[in-house]
Amino acid sequence: MKPVFMTYTKKDLINLAVCMVLSVLVIPTFIKTEYWYTSILIPWLCLALATIGQQVVMGYTGQLALGAAGFMAAGAFAMFNLILRVPDLGFVGSLIVSGLIAAAFGILFGLPSLKVRGIYLMVATLASQFFIIWMIDKFGWFKNYDSSGIITAQDIVILGKPFTTPLAMYFVCLAVTTVLTLLAMNMARGSTGRNWMAVRDMDIAAESMGVSLLRTKVQAFAISAFYCGVAGALFAFCYLKSLEPVAFDIKLSFKILFMCILGGLGTINGAFIGAAFILLFPVLLNAIGNNVFHGAIDATIISSIEQVIFGGLMIIFMIYEPLGMAKLWENLKQKFRSKLTSSNLKNLKSPLSKKS
Amino acid sequence: MVDELLFFMEVVVGGLLAGTMYSLVALGFVLIFKASATFNFSQGAMVFFSVLAFCGFMQDFNIPFVLAFILAALLMVVVGLCTERLVLRPLMNASEDTVLMATIGLGYVLEGLAQAAWGVEVRRLDLGIGDFPVPWIADNLKLFISALDIFAGLVAALMIIGLFLLFKYTKIGLGLRAVADDAGAASSIGIPLKHIMLLVWSAAGVVALVAGCMWGARAGVQFALVDLALKALPVLIIGGFSSIPGAIVGGLIIGATEKVLEVYIGPFFGGAIEGWAPYVLAIFFLLYRPEGLFGEKIIRRV
Repeated sequence: MKPVFMTYTKKDLINLAVCMVLSVLVIPTFIKTEYWYTSILIPWLCLALATIGQQVVMGYTGQLALGAAGFMAAGAFAMFNLILRVPDLGFVGSLIVSGLIAAAFGILFGLPSLKVRGIYLMVATLASQFFIIWMIDKFGWFKNYDSSGIITAQDIVILGKPFTTPLAMYFVCLAVTTVLTLLAMNMARGSTGRNWMAVRDMDIAAESMGVSLLRTKVQAFAISAFYCGVAGALFAFCYLKSLEPVAFDIKLSFKILFMCILGGLGTINGAFIGAAFILLFPVLLNAIGNNVFHGAIDATIISSIEQVIFGGLMIIFMIYEPLGMAKLWENLKQKFRSKLTSSNLKNLKSPLSKKS
Repeated sequence: MVDELLFFMEVVVGGLLAGTMYSLVALGFVLIFKASATFNFSQGAMVFFSVLAFCGFMQDFNIPFVLAFILAALLMVVVGLCTERLVLRPLMNASEDTVLMATIGLGYVLEGLAQAAWGVEVRRLDLGIGDFPVPWIADNLKLFISALDIFAGLVAALMIIGLFLLFKYTKIGLGLRAVADDAGAASSIGIPLKHIMLLVWSAAGVVALVAGCMWGARAGVQFALVDLALKALPVLIIGGFSSIPGAIVGGLIIGATEKVLEVYIGPFFGGAIEGWAPYVLAIFFLLYRPEGLFGEKIIRRV
């Protein structure tokens, strides 16, 4: 398809318009309850953003990393300190700088990826997860010497206007997520993304074609950590409204990994689908527990069942559709489309199966 | 001076013995990696699952110790059977990373099942061996070393010897090594791949149970065991993924280094550096010797 504007095709622009209308006009007019904003939409946007970060390094560049929550913590606490100590930066400025600080950590802990891959790299990235959380926890300066352990996040003020209602915070998250998602799509489609994918598919071959492994991998880790850092800052300031290192433990990293894999590796929309699924499924399960069984099932059992289902889905997806829900969605659309167009296409084989 | 030296010795010996506990967990990883080149991320969950079942059998059903242990071991064989049939066989030709992710999923399933079946509260496990210094050693050598640590070290040593003999001198061991070398060739000369896989996963399950008992007796049987088991990863990186002696030496190195760093350097940073020190140590190893101390050199072809 021919691009109409920059790298975007007509289809992309229509998709973007639909998403914008839905998120800016439809959702605010029809959803009035605060619960939806504070517990579902805001965390969804934040976690989807972090998942895009995970996608960059794992889905596009093929590096097995497991430290997203560590970078999120770095971003969140950088944001807290920037607003506290450098108030002139403003909210947006602080957000960008905290993303950059997280990116610096990303570069540092991404360096082992030049030597190792697979499970070895996973262990190296685990170091970042544990180290960052420990550092924030042990050095009082990061927490402004607060002894309670939980710090309240400052109010969001942009250009002198406070953004404190759930709806306003939703718009802040939406704006940041939209800009960064468009940027990510741009990168993924441009030469940057092609380099990432070349490294993912066969790093040695990519190198011999003139793709610099050092540049590509470090870049992917930096961008990934930047996204995670910004997502972490939003997560702390819009969703948690407090900062504590425990909120960014290894469990959150696993959660983001699940969002990334179940959503669909190497896709941007997969990040949103995966995040929505992982967030909404427990809500649904709890609702079933409360309404169908009227609380007869213990809450801890429900959360255990949820874990079993997530794990089971992971196995099932790995066996039947390693490309995740985004691919399922694509297949569904394809089926629908071919039914709509004509039946004479039915007998055509796909070009891949013609290989003889 | 003598006191300082004694204290240092105590720290090192305590670390080494604690390291054998990591080795026990790492051993399960190595068994599976050796036979199928699969990295089983769910080993930590298996530790938690098996020991929680063991405690459950003993405490909820009042089954005697030995019988409960056998039941838990049998349960792990069933887990191995299901894993082989439902997870590994369909993923026979999948890439390493895909199988790794599937085992992360498997870990989630096991953790969830264990908690759904036996509850989430911390359980105490009493092996009849206290976690306090042995008086005889304390009196004669002036070293304070926990009896549980020594017991864990002995158990680890026994298991290593047993597994070593199994791999080296039995027909099953020969089959295992053949499968590890080239699964396709091994099955074409008539080695039953299915049985070998089942055997390996069951053995890893029993190893997990033993490791779980040691950890459970020390820290209580709780979910945190899964996170503790993550520390087996740096152990494996240092020792090499496919080497049983490597798992032991790696565990000893991690255990001793972690304790020494914690005691001598930790106080300057507010302590608790053992949470990340093993991983950083592993990174340095990765930079200089990615295949680990005892591992086979990794050769990748284009």
